[in-house]
This record gives sequence, structure tokens and C-alpha cells, in this order.
Amino acid sequence: MTGKEYRTITDVKGPLVFLNKTEPVAFGEIVELRLTDGTLKNGQVLDTSDDQVIVQVFEGTASIDKQTGIKFLGDVFKLPVSTDMIGRILDGAGRPRDGGPAIVADEMADIIGAAINPYSRQSPDTFIQTGISAIDACTSLVRGQKLPIFSASGLPHNDIALQIARQAKLVDSDDDFVVVFCAMGITAEEYNFFVHDLERTGALENACLFVNLADDPAVERLITPRLALTAAEYLAFEKDYHVLVIYTDMTNYCESLRQIGAAREEVPGRRGYPGYMYTDLAMLYERAGLVKGKKGSITQFPILTMPGDDITHPIPDLSGYITEGQIVISRELHQKGIYPPINVLPSLSRLMNAGIGDGKTREDHKSVSDQLYAAYAQGRELRGLVAIVGEDALNERDLQLLKFSDIFEDKFLRQSRDEDRPIQEGTLDLAWKLLSNIDTKYLVRLDQKWIDKYHPTDKKE
Amino acid sequence: MSKENGVIYRISGPVVTAVGISPRMYEVVRVGDEGLMGEVIELHGEQSVIQVYEETSGVRPGEPVIRTGQTLSVQLGPGLLTKIYDGIQRPLPELEKTMGVFIKRGVDADGLDLKKNWNFNATAKAGDSVTPGYVIGTVQETKTIEHRVMIPPGTSGVIKSISSGEFNVTQTVCTLEDGNEIQMMQKWPVRTPRPFTKKHAPEVPLQTGQRILDFLFPLAKGGTAGIPGPFGSGKTVTQQQLAKWSDADIVVYIGCGERGNEMTEVLDEFPHLIDPKTGEALMNRTTMIANTSNMPVAAREASVYTGITIAEYFRDMGYDVALMADSTSRWAEAMREISSRLEEMPGEEGYPAYLSSRLAEFYERAGRVETLAGGDGSVSVIGAVSPPGGDISEPVSQGTLRIVKVFWGLDAGLARQRHFPAINWLNSYSLYPPSLDQWYRDNINSNFPEIRTEISALLQVEAELQEIVQLVGSDALPVDQQLTLEVARMIREFFLQQNAFHDVDTYTDLKLQYTMAKAILSFQEESKKALAGGAALEDVVNVPARTDLMRGRFESGYDVKIDEMLETMIKQIAETMEDN
Ligand SMILES: Nc1ncnc2c1ncn2[C@@H]1O[C@H](COP(=O)(O)OP(=O)(O)O)[C@@H](O)[C@H]1O
Ligand SMILES: [Mg+2]
Repeated sequence: MTGKEYRTITDVKGPLVFLNKTEPVAFGEIVELRLTDGTLKNGQVLDTSDDQVIVQVFEGTASIDKQTGIKFLGDVFKLPVSTDMIGRILDGAGRPRDGGPAIVADEMADIIGAAINPYSRQSPDTFIQTGISAIDACTSLVRGQKLPIFSASGLPHNDIALQIARQAKLVDSDDDFVVVFCAMGITAEEYNFFVHDLERTGALENACLFVNLADDPAVERLITPRLALTAAEYLAFEKDYHVLVIYTDMTNYCESLRQIGAAREEVPGRRGYPGYMYTDLAMLYERAGLVKGKKGSITQFPILTMPGDDITHPIPDLSGYITEGQIVISRELHQKGIYPPINVLPSLSRLMNAGIGDGKTREDHKSVSDQLYAAYAQGRELRGLVAIVGEDALNERDLQLLKFSDIFEDKFLRQSRDEDRPIQEGTLDLAWKLLSNIDTKYLVRLDQKWIDKYHPTDKKE
Repeated sequence: MSKENGVIYRISGPVVTAVGISPRMYEVVRVGDEGLMGEVIELHGEQSVIQVYEETSGVRPGEPVIRTGQTLSVQLGPGLLTKIYDGIQRPLPELEKTMGVFIKRGVDADGLDLKKNWNFNATAKAGDSVTPGYVIGTVQETKTIEHRVMIPPGTSGVIKSISSGEFNVTQTVCTLEDGNEIQMMQKWPVRTPRPFTKKHAPEVPLQTGQRILDFLFPLAKGGTAGIPGPFGSGKTVTQQQLAKWSDADIVVYIGCGERGNEMTEVLDEFPHLIDPKTGEALMNRTTMIANTSNMPVAAREASVYTGITIAEYFRDMGYDVALMADSTSRWAEAMREISSRLEEMPGEEGYPAYLSSRLAEFYERAGRVETLAGGDGSVSVIGAVSPPGGDISEPVSQGTLRIVKVFWGLDAGLARQRHFPAINWLNSYSLYPPSLDQWYRDNINSNFPEIRTEISALLQVEAELQEIVQLVGSDALPVDQQLTLEVARMIREFFLQQNAFHDVDTYTDLKLQYTMAKAILSFQEESKKALAGGAALEDVVNVPARTDLMRGRFESGYDVKIDEMLETMIKQIAETMEDN
């Protein structure tokens, strides 16, 4: 089926090429385009019929003309995978970017990735200690979870992601993570920041990078995360690795998706993004988890920047509907000089309950986290009231809660970029200490038995 | 069955166009060399437009398309319970057996285990004249559920022979005089509602053990409810709580376009959860459909129909069935995606113009009915809705709210404060209380409706007072209003909040709910007296017995202990007068 070159382009529109009748071309088939100057580009079939074929060109359609030759390669997009990928830097289409040799395939893996049978999944329930109190106490991460960072431009999401990558460990095992890092349209500066940090800590040897930068083709971004996840699946489910996938920036990915939709003149969904963006994102995010009978796991940390700091924007919104929680970075806290500026209130870890408690973190963890949330939420709400009526109008309970919200931000959230707090003595004990600034009778979320056991001043010894 | 062959003309994602065949609308066809399952959704001149239930990459124009003559149907009979299916009733464990942990394509699997033998116990006898829905025998399908084998719709006559014994679902268990053979398995096209004799008004509540739902915004058996809410507000947890604790006989749980791990969680958890009614595992009464967000969208579109057809089938046996669909928005989006591939004229926000009629038709399949056999059965439907950005002015929320009778509105603000269930008590509603109140008076307490009204009124008053507090602070209010705020806070923190993950708090039966509500009102009444007698508000609200009463709900045996705790509280409140 391969070999024949067609010169039947009728239209070129944005990243799409339309061509007339060819041999029967498969949906999703990979295409090679030869420009008149000899340049090669790659693409993929988006729509195919007896009369017309629509091809999406990864490198963009610049310089393509009606003389451009098109070859159908007879297969859907496959990535050569092997454990030799660890320690390598590849470009956004999976070719070496580090000057090293091509990856010798142990197998060729379809990059679309089949859905994991829900019956074959195993519930993630192993706590990962990140050493960051806000995350460990309030939005605990477990192995196999997909937990995005919702950030915005100018905020230190990269520092947080790297701190997590550096510090993430299981409480009582030294299974290491392999990092698969996927860059989509980030700047060279951001990229260098990541690479230097990974180099500095020696993590680079244990990582595989897929890199599409801001000046690389935008349409290529649609396949880069699929390559990264295909590599991750191979490492996790064929080779028993625990894989941590960090991909950034999902917002650039979604922009590329919107661009294709527009070029196809599809009826747009909200704010111009395609109606199928939910499903498309799910096909990435759902490639996380644990599978029965396999040792490895895929934990995902997608990073996205919320346009206009707006959490209801379709990109964070649809992501939040799919991922197992979110860590929300706050500009307000950042401006107050707090690092990590994590706003725990809109943050959530949906898998937290399975990963914490007796034998995992500590028996009082859930109770403590509920109480931290409740007290901090109420304290923050009172800030608004105080601005209007002044502290004098507050009763004792409210005064204590108000004060607590400041203490919480200053002592609990705030920590340095290399401070790695252990969950029990570092994070939970600190939480108790700070909560003891509030009278016990107002701490209604705490079980009496935990107060008796852990409260620094009220405990019965 | 007329079989005709055609060929593929075009492939665009899940939509394939074929030429050379003239199938019927909604007929199932086999697409491509791999025989992928698809359904005809539009006839257009020479072309038949097909939605394909499996991934289509690699499929080429020119490959064959084969008619099956059948419309999309489910297999109904013993063996549905405890199962987990994909959107087109393929058992997921079977798929795992044939293709491993990743779902590949082109594999068929029967909904029922056709080889398994069941112990059929004939309850009809030769000479009985039978009509559709008539129960001819039973099978103990699971430990707690008796499967009633019925004469299928459209068949009637006089029984010539029938026998008890071990049969699989395709063997004939009963023959009619006219030669018609009856098997335990019947098939039903999913897009057609199963027939019944007539609909009744619902008058019995579906008890869920969730205080805010049962007490303030009850759903009736046979009723409909919508739960809209932004992500993370508690749609799935609420649906799972209903699947666990509602007093339905049968539960059909549809995970429609949502997370894989959430289905795994149900699968892991349900076999270990004990049904308070039967003392047996909850799994015994449950069927699950899982077509997660990354599984093919066309099968997602079908999944709600597969689920509701199974629900109707159990209803026809005379059971009360509760069906949860999480989330109907993903179903609507599947419709939108297919519609846009068909290049149909889009309606609001790109959804097809028929969105609201599809929603209405789906919820219409709920109801309490007189079955064809003259029994009483019901299907209650609870649909989660996932509005973009949490804004319910969008088409799916609006289309749903026009139909359902109960609105449980989830609120991101409450979820952020970890007030769960994050159901907003001010804008949620249920239209059922007028038809259920007699039941409450007869079965719980003759003044149940009045107590409910008092509790909701307090919450309303609180909302008004809060507006003032926002301006002047609570200390500026007169003492009686400060007390009202305390009482309302008690309603919120002690009664409305309920931790789904706490062994005890997760479920409260209706009688205890009533007692708790009464306890709050007693607190109010006694405190008023104490304040009138000169007690200080600070002392009254801080009596230790009140904290004990509130914390007590986390301990088992609370239903027994609460009366005593209440008495102690009343005594302590009275003492606050003496202190002064
Ligand atoms: N009744 C409840 N009790 C305790 N926690 C709850 C309850 N409802 C929701 N939650 C919390 O909120 C999180 C999100 O709930 P979920 O039902 O998954 O939201 P949604 O389906 O609306 O996205 C859960 O993981 C849990 O932590
Ligand atoms: Mg959900």
C-alpha cells in the first residue's frame, strides 16, 4: 500500500491539507509530505473517504503547495519504545534531540493508547510523601493518581513540580520513580530551568524527556503528550517502573486543538474550543493508574496555566472534571510572598481517603485535614467581614479563626524550596500545634479520641 | 434476517458512512475487516451513516459493512446482577479474559453467560393462560434477589408444558400451546421503553440515609432527581451514597464518560458493604455500566439506554429499582460530538436541537407503574449533571431541570469549606413532599412534615440574618437572633453535614433523622427559656452536653443514646439560669 506519491492537493487551510481521491487511506494513517524543495513534513489523516482525504500536518503547512507530494505510510502513528529511552531527550515527535542515536525499538507502540478496562484497574492507595505540607496534609497524593497543577502565568508552578519530582517518595519503601517529562510549547528558558534542575539532582539519568518548545510546530503538540504517555505505559506496564509524568503546559496543547477545530470549520464549543475537548483530554489523563497484575504505575502531574486566572475557563474546567483533583496555585498568596502559594480551599485530592490514615500516614490525618480546611475557610471568610466592621464586632470564636488563617498561611503553607517535611513529625504535628491556637470547643471536626491523643496541650497522658 | 453487504465510503472519527446497503434506522451493522460494531443513525440517499462503538483508526474506505438485521438490544435474564458492563453490555471481565487489561476492538461478548446453568423453579403450570409480564418461574439469582422469569412482551397463550430444573438462559423452560417456546433470556431494543399497564403517582419515599436528602429534599420511589454541580462538589460521592444506601431492591449504576478509577472503587467496595436491609453484600442487588471518558463516545451515548432498559426489566418483575447516571452531561456531549460529525444544524452551545427531547424521553422512562402482570414496580432516576464552569444556565442543566422533580444543587463554595454533602439548602428543592407526607405521618411521626418545615424555616431566617451580620457583625444582633444563628449553625454542622467516609455517619435512618431534628428544636426551645430566665447566651450554647450530643452521631448506638444525651443537655441548659 505504501510507496505511491500523490500530487492531488486541492486546498490548504491552517494546519490542514485537503487532497483528492487516492487509494483507500486509513483513518489515523501517517502521512509524509515532500515539499518541492525536498523538505519532509509529517501528518496524520483526520478524515478519509473515496473522494477526499484531510491531513493534519504536524510541522504546519508553511511552503506547502499543490506540487507537494504526499505519501501514505500504511500505518497509524507508532513510537519505538525501549528502556533505552531512560536518560534520553527526544523532540516533540519522538526523534533524538540530544545528539544521541535513534531509539532501537524493543517494540512499536500505537500512540493513541487503548483504554484500560475499568475492571482491570487497581485502586491507587499508596501515599506519596511530597514533603510539602499543603499537599501532604490537605490534598494527599497517591501512586497512580492524576493530579494537575492549576496555575497561571508568572506563578512558581515549575518550582513546585520540580520540588515534588525531587522529594516524592513512599513512606516505607525506596522504590524510585522514573520521570517522563513532556514539554508542550514552553519557552526555552522554562525548559532550561527544568533540565538544569533535573541535571543538578542527578534525576536526568532517570528521566525521559519529550520536548516541543514554543518555536516548535504547534500541531506537533497534539502528539507529544501521546508519545510521552506511550513511553510511560511501556515503562510502567511492561517494565515494572513507577513513572511520574510531568507535562507542561496543557494550555498550549488545548490551543493547538482549538486551531485544528477552527481549520476544520467545526462547530465550536465553549470559547471556541472543540466540543470533543473533554474526550480528547480524557484520552490523555486517563492513561494514569495501576493495573491488576502489573507492578508499575503511572502518576501524572499535568501543569496548566489558567487563562486570566479563571478556573472556570474550559481548559482547567474540563481538566478538573477528569483528573483526580487539582492543586491550585494562588496569585494572592504568591503576592504575599508565600511559597508554595497553594490555595488549599479549591484544591482537592479525590484519592486522598484511600491513601491516608492508620498504617498509611496516621490515624488522625483525615480529621486534622478536615479541621484545617474548615478553620482556614472560615478564617478567610472573616477577613472580608473584618474589613467592613472591624475586629471589635467579632466574637471570641471568630477572632480565633481569623487569627488562625494568618498563622496557617505563614507557618503551615510557607516552607522553603528544599524543605522536605516528613508527614508525621513534620506536617501533622505542625498542624496540631497550629490548631491549638483555637479553643478545643471550636474544633468540631476533630474526633475526641484524637484530641485526647495528639493535642499538644489538651491531650490526656 | 436479511443480510446485505456494503462498503465503507468515509470515516471521520466514530462516524462511518457506508454505501451499497439499505439498512433500517438504528440497525446494528458490522463495520470493516475487523467487524466493529456500529449502529445506523442516519439514512441519507445512497448513504447510511453509522456510529461505531469502537475506535476506528486504521479502518479504510472500501472495507465491508454488513447488516445484522437487529437493532441495538440487551440480553435480559438471570446473570445481570453483580456484573459490570461497557456501554453496549459487553461484560468487562470477559473483555479482560480475551484481550487483557487494555480494551482492544472487534471483540464480541454476550451480556449474559449463555452457558451457566440456573436452578429454574416453575411457578406456573401447564394449562395456565399467560400474558406478557406473567411470571412463570423464579431463579435465585443472587443471595438476596429472586429473579422472576416473565413471559416477554408480545407473547401470550396457554402453557402446554413447563418444568423446574437446571437450565441455561437459552434453553426452553416452557412451551405454549401454539408452539411458542419461552427461554429465561429475552432481548429488548434499548431505545424503546418496555411496556407497562399504567403509571401511578409516587407516594413512598426512596430512603437514602442521607439526612439532607431524606429530610429536606426527598426523592420518591419512581421519581426523578438531577444533581448539577461543578467538579469536586460531590456528584459522584452522592450518587455512590445513593447506590449504597437507598432502600431500592435493585440498583443500576451507570458511569457514563467519567473516571475509570471511580468504577474500580465501586467494584472494590460494594462486595464488602453490607445492605442494612438484608444483611448481605450490596453487590447482590447491583448492576454496573462503565463506559469511561476515554472509551468510545458512541458506546457512551448508548450506555444510558442500556442501563435504563435493564432497570425497566427488573421493574417489570415488581421491584423498586434506582438508577444513577454519572454523568448525563457526558452523554449529552457524546450526542453533540456525533451530531457535529453528521454536520447537523447545531442548537444552543453546539448541542443538537433534539437534546432536550432526548433528555425528556430518558427521564420519562422513570416512574412507578402497574406492571403488565398487575404488580407494582418503580424506576427512580438520579442524573448527575456537570455544567461547564458550574454555571447551570447551560442547555443540559436547563433541559434536565425542566423535567426532574428534585433538584439537589451542589455548591462549590460549600465544597471548599468541606461542608459535605455540598447541597445548597437554599436553592435545592423537591416537589414530592405533598405526595409523600401521608407516608411520613403514618410511618415516622404524625408531625414529621411540620418539623421539616420548622427546620427549613430556620435555615431561611439564618440566610436573612447573615446578610445583616455581613454588615454589622453578629455581636450587634439582639440575643434571640444570635440564638437563631446558633440553632441554624447546629442544623448545618450537626444535621446537614454528613461524612460519607465515616463508618457511622455515612448512613442515618429516617427515624433517627427525625430524632436529631427534634433534638435541635429542643435545644432552641430550652435555650429560649433559659435566656428568658436570665442565662447568658455564651453559657447556654457552650453547655458541654451539646457538644457531646453533636459528636455522638459519629458513634454507633447513637439511636439508643441520643435520648439520654438530649436529657442531659436540657438539664445543663436549665442550670445556666441558676448560675446567674
Ligand atoms: N458526602 C461527602 N462526605 C465527605 N466528603 C465528600 C462528600 N461528598 C464529596 N466529598 C469530597 O469531595 C470530593 C469530590 O467529590 P465528587 O463526588 O468526586 O465530586 P464530583 O463528582 O462533583 O466531581 C470527594 O473526593 C470527597 O473528598
Ligand atoms: Mg464525579
